[in-house]
Amino acid sequence: MLAPDSVGRTFAGADSITISQSEIDAFAAVIGETDTSIAPPTFTIRISLDQFQSILTKPEIGLDWSRLVHGDQKFEIFAPVKAGDNLRCSATIESYRVAAGNEIVSVRSDLHRSEELVISSWSTLVVRA
Amino acid sequence: MIAVGTELPEEIVYLDRALLKAYADASGDQNPIHQNEEFALSVGLPNVIAHGMLTMALVGKYVTNWSGGSASVKEFGARFIKPVIVPAGERVDLTINGTITEVNGDQIKIELVATSAGVKVLGMAKAVVIKK
Repeated sequence: MLAPDSVGRTFAGADSITISQSEIDAFAAVIGETDTSIAPPTFTIRISLDQFQSILTKPEIGLDWSRLVHGDQKFEIFAPVKAGDNLRCSATIESYRVAAGNEIVSVRSDLHRSEELVISSWSTLVVRA
Repeated sequence: MIAVGTELPEEIVYLDRALLKAYADASGDQNPIHQNEEFALSVGLPNVIAHGMLTMALVGKYVTNWSGGSASVKEFGARFIKPVIVPAGERVDLTINGTITEVNGDQIKIELVATSAGVKVLGMAKAVVIKK
């Protein structure tokens, strides 16, 4: 059960993350993308999901990550990500509800490069009853 | 031809267990439901399933094949309505189609349909691109 007062809170990532060329190469290879000068559109999901996991499983928030499934996903990409980018991440818990015993959490991730917002993404995460 | 109603050419890509392992390594998502059949069955799944985000990444590649590379994508979203089921030793299809549903200046909205073994796996799938 998610702590009710956590809805609406924004959590800044503890550290910034530097994107490496080898990470982009590995992701691109899986989908058959040969241009690795920029990251594929969904590449940053790894950063966002890692941050959601670290926030939502904090004891004071209390989500059970082991029963989680991904309900939906949306990206808005303002600028492509490339190797060497140093990204700061913040995550916001936008909503929470319980339906048929399933917990449904909507979270937003904002990735900044210096002061520039490069990608916002929204994930609906469902903890199965 | 870029007009509302234009259909993008269908593409079929294939998934197997090796691709799921490669995506797990590339994405850091090592959830055993995407690699371990015994575990997947134990949590009530019909078999090992693909990462929803792998399906979405492959559909993203379909979009960028048409729109001119990764930099062309401005928005991309989908709902994961059914899993792509990947039995051991098999290659399963992901069949992807797209239709232009809106043209607004240089921004083109594409509605996407993705099926595997005849079952629709994504819902509300759409992308907004600026074609290069």
